[in-house]
Amino acid sequence: MLLITCPWCGERDQTEFHCHGEAFIARPANALDMTDEEWGDYVFFRKNVKGIHYERWSHDHGCGRWFIAVRNTATDEFLGFYKPGEEIPAFELEGA
Amino acid sequence: MSRYSVFSLVRNALSYHQNWQRAWRSPDPKREYDIVIVGGGGHGLATAYYLATECGITNVAVVEKGWLGGGNTGRNTTIVRSNYLWDESAAIYDHAMTLWQGLSRELNYNVMYSPRGLLHLAHSVHDMQEIQRRGNAIYLNGIDSEFLSPEQVKAMVPYMQMDGRYPVLGALLQRRGGTARHDAVAWGYARGADAAGVDIIQNCEVTGFDIQDGAVVGVETTRGRIGAKKVGVVAAGHSSVVAEMAGFRMPLESFPLQALVSEPVKPAVDCVIMSNGVHAYISQSDKGELVIGASSDAYNSYTQRGSFDVIEDTLQAICELYPLFTRMRMLRQWGGIVDVTVDRSPILTKTPVRNMYFNCGWGTGGFKCTPGSGHVFAHSLANGEMHPIAAPFSMDRFHSGALIDEGAAAAVAH
Repeated sequence: MLLITCPWCGERDQTEFHCHGEAFIARPANALDMTDEEWGDYVFFRKNVKGIHYERWSHDHGCGRWFIAVRNTATDEFLGFYKPGEEIPAFELEGA
Repeated sequence: MSRYSVFSLVRNALSYHQNWQRAWRSPDPKREYDIVIVGGGGHGLATAYYLATECGITNVAVVEKGWLGGGNTGRNTTIVRSNYLWDESAAIYDHAMTLWQGLSRELNYNVMYSPRGLLHLAHSVHDMQEIQRRGNAIYLNGIDSEFLSPEQVKAMVPYMQMDGRYPVLGALLQRRGGTARHDAVAWGYARGADAAGVDIIQNCEVTGFDIQDGAVVGVETTRGRIGAKKVGVVAAGHSSVVAEMAGFRMPLESFPLQALVSEPVKPAVDCVIMSNGVHAYISQSDKGELVIGASSDAYNSYTQRGSFDVIEDTLQAICELYPLFTRMRMLRQWGGIVDVTVDRSPILTKTPVRNMYFNCGWGTGGFKCTPGSGHVFAHSLANGEMHPIAAPFSMDRFHSGALIDEGAAAAVAH
């Protein structure tokens, strides 16, 4: 069970939240000119890192707002929680 | 390799079981192999076994970062079935089913395949429509599939609560479905592959690939470089990590999937029961433990543990269906890391790197296909072209759009 800090509401139980996967995937601006390969990459391919993962969560059973979390997927340790648009520091794994 | 038989049992009993031969060797890696398999789980070992016994390629190594069957092969709920909707899935899963039936004899190793029947419950009008559509599709593909009325379900599993919070309106039964002992499958294939000349190298983690002019020529490992004319990667939950070493991405996300077993009790469930509607799986092992499968967590992770709320969710459904089990105590709980595709179908494919092949994306249900997956992947590696049963599972489908959408077909369970 994860303890998650909503940037607006504070520490809450993970069951209040929903994870929406990898963050910062921008919808392509040139949608009309894209090849099948580019569309496939955009829709289906993810980084799936073992290590520092930037991901989107929403506080569904709370304020309902979305935010960015940074988590080490090898340990499930959260490194930070950020409101959209906030500056996120660069993280590096110890020993990496 | 000395064969196991009643005579070898007697002979070894007379010498107080001191002289049993080791089931497989533990060789040092050679400088080069025709084929290196990355990953010593069930699928990787089965691939090596069929390469050596059917394809005539015995200069093969299996490199495993931990120990044999220590990953998802030893972390599943041992269920075997082939009741899938789409033709491509029916072909590969029933290919495995056919191999399961003769596997103990072929390997000279008891994998305890037990076709005790697999009951898929329907709790709502929607579930009933889903099992009718799928049941008929399965039947048309020549796979056994029967509809049971609530009375027939009750007769088969008398302890189940039929009219509780999750009323049982009917069920789909696959009689050939059942269980097999998961670690025996890994050990049986390892013993068979080793006897045919395959080198199984444990505690040997792949750290990179030697790629020249777009073709793989070797693997870098914690035990040094091993040359390879071809490489087959069968790394389950860590497939994305291995792909990154080779410089490309896979359409996968890795999640923890949990299961748990109870204290052993007298026989109470003599078939496998699963329900997509409440997302629960239950069967009883030969030791008497209830083996319960839960759902995967909803966030990426490589931790091999999962959230408690997922277990709570599954157990409330089990207790509702089986009030008899409300006071059972659970002995062990564990998590495995499953690599999940968007369409919930596996990936058996060539890759952007020449002579490198991937077999992954089995998600939450790879165990059942261990023999079939290994068999078609071995033939694909040997011939350099994907086997006809494996071909539709190429990762090209994520660009062409020809998905095999078992995720949409069956909602959750695989």
